[in-house]
Amino acid sequence: MEHPIPPTDTSAAVPFVRHTWVQRLKDSDLWHSFCTHPSAIFAAALLILVAVTAALAPVLSPQNPYDLAALELWNSEIPPLWHDGGQAPFVLGTDTQGRDILSALLYGSRISLIIGFASVLVALAIGLSLGLMAGYFGGWIDNVIMRVGDVLLSMPFILIAILITAIATASLPTGLKDVLAAPILIFAIAVPSWVQYARTVRASAMVEAKKEYVQAAKLIRVKPWRIMVQHILPNCLTPIMVAATLNFGLAILSEATLSFLGVGMPPDQPSLGTLIRIGNQYLFSGLWWIVVFPSIQLCLIVLSVNMIGDWLRDALNPKLR
Amino acid sequence: MIAFLLKRTANAAFVMLAVALLAFVIFRFFGDPVEMMVNEQATQADRMELRERLGLNDSFVTQYTRFVSNAAQGNFGISYRNQQDVMVLIKERFPATFELVLVATVISLVVGIPAGVITAVYRESRLANMLQLGSIVGVSLPSFVVGILLILAFSVSLGWLPAFGRGETMDIGWWSTGLLTPSGRAALVLPAISLSTFQVTLVMRLVRAEMLETLRADYVKFARARGVPARRVHWRHALRNCLMPVITLTGMQIGNLIAFALVTETVFQWPGMGMLFIQAVTFVDIPVMAAYLMIVSFIFVALNTCVDITYAWVDPRLRDDTARAGGRNG
Repeated sequence: MEHPIPPTDTSAAVPFVRHTWVQRLKDSDLWHSFCTHPSAIFAAALLILVAVTAALAPVLSPQNPYDLAALELWNSEIPPLWHDGGQAPFVLGTDTQGRDILSALLYGSRISLIIGFASVLVALAIGLSLGLMAGYFGGWIDNVIMRVGDVLLSMPFILIAILITAIATASLPTGLKDVLAAPILIFAIAVPSWVQYARTVRASAMVEAKKEYVQAAKLIRVKPWRIMVQHILPNCLTPIMVAATLNFGLAILSEATLSFLGVGMPPDQPSLGTLIRIGNQYLFSGLWWIVVFPSIQLCLIVLSVNMIGDWLRDALNPKLR
Repeated sequence: MIAFLLKRTANAAFVMLAVALLAFVIFRFFGDPVEMMVNEQATQADRMELRERLGLNDSFVTQYTRFVSNAAQGNFGISYRNQQDVMVLIKERFPATFELVLVATVISLVVGIPAGVITAVYRESRLANMLQLGSIVGVSLPSFVVGILLILAFSVSLGWLPAFGRGETMDIGWWSTGLLTPSGRAALVLPAISLSTFQVTLVMRLVRAEMLETLRADYVKFARARGVPARRVHWRHALRNCLMPVITLTGMQIGNLIAFALVTETVFQWPGMGMLFIQAVTFVDIPVMAAYLMIVSFIFVALNTCVDITYAWVDPRLRDDTARAGGRNG
């Protein structure tokens, strides 16, 4: 994909250069800032490592943790490899049913990452479209959308998410519950978090909608949605990017919390939160590895996302340049 | 000022009515209340009779109005699971949650404020860097993981502190407190720390940001120039001006802490409102869920409204310009 950019005064010496997107990225302030922040590089490397191992879970993991036939009871409660009694394929030990912790961890990270990512996308889709509409049209549309947002913000985030999952699972037939667990979670996390995006975009859209280029576009009868998406939206993306990154970490945390409380992913397709919930039952029987490794993995994921988010916020903040 | 007061109160009332609508819809349409209350042998006639008696045949608006007026009087019906008055159940559990939230708030202030000042004043020092790193780790650690790790360390390995329950409690009127007995205090330590982790980092970051701003102010420079000792400048003159936002944050976060306490309470088997709610969720005990939602939201909205009104009282600029205040938050 190539974007020809018009020659500017800075490239006077080189009359016309075709910039590939790689070059444009390399020349950007953002990339420079990234390269000079060791914590950002570290966090990105960590996140990529986690994402790649999670994506390759079926290849990398010694065992398929979903395949009940592969679980052998005599392999149960094996401690990690470096401990007394550790056994060869089970690097991080096994749980009480003989499930390999490492395999469960990789598959669990996959579920956690997917749900976190998807819920941010859904929240973005809802928040951006409602926010643009509210800011562009104003009037009663704006009023209704923002009132709904106010009501959502006046209830604690976690409470809304629990209520949605609880009600959705209670009203579904038993057969569908486990199949729909992930979509329900995505929805439950997205619903309380779209308001933030909507407010941000609305504020920018209200400013942009009064500007001359939008008036001009209106005059030549560009359709409203086109003005919103192509002209107004790109001008409010910076704060949205930062918020979305930080919310990705929050979404993974929320998913883990819900699963830990028992209203999230079911035990036969465990996310990291479900694994911690399962491990929590064996806290007092000395089987610490069942709970500790999923906890560490969860913390590493959220930590790396938050570090990237923090860096991005500072890097994109014009005041700090 | 009166206009602002009315507007803000009306707004809060509107939000509470909307929350009540939500709670009512959950209560009325998820699971049939009649089926939940009668036993297996009840005849069709019994059911019809109960339905009529509960007023479930009235119009939606009538039922909603009745729900709101009942809720306003603290009447949330009977729990499906143990056939007790919901309000009695919540009243029993409320002190446990309140004490937990209170102690967690105190910890967050006692730890967060000095940490924030240190990171702002000695910006490049090793201690400040470590605290900064600690704050980002603190934000990333889920509170239930903190709880589990604390239990592993201090209860399972070292055996110093209890891992579950509230210990012995003493009754003062209807309020049962764990703060007055040694075992009650010991039981409170781990849950309170685990609930406060996030709040500590929040307070610390806020104090740091405010301090960095304040330290640039002229009066701080002037105090320095006048020869006021550095410690006195930082901890007295500068810190004082940072405390207002901290108080606001603490006030507004109490609602969130009460909600988040349900996670901590699950980890530590703490007999508070949150445990009650989680049990209600697993048994689809709708009246308890609806009541919890209403009460927590009420606390949340009431605190926010109080904070807004106090601000408007202190700072007249905020009175008529509500639109700007809303935009700035967004």
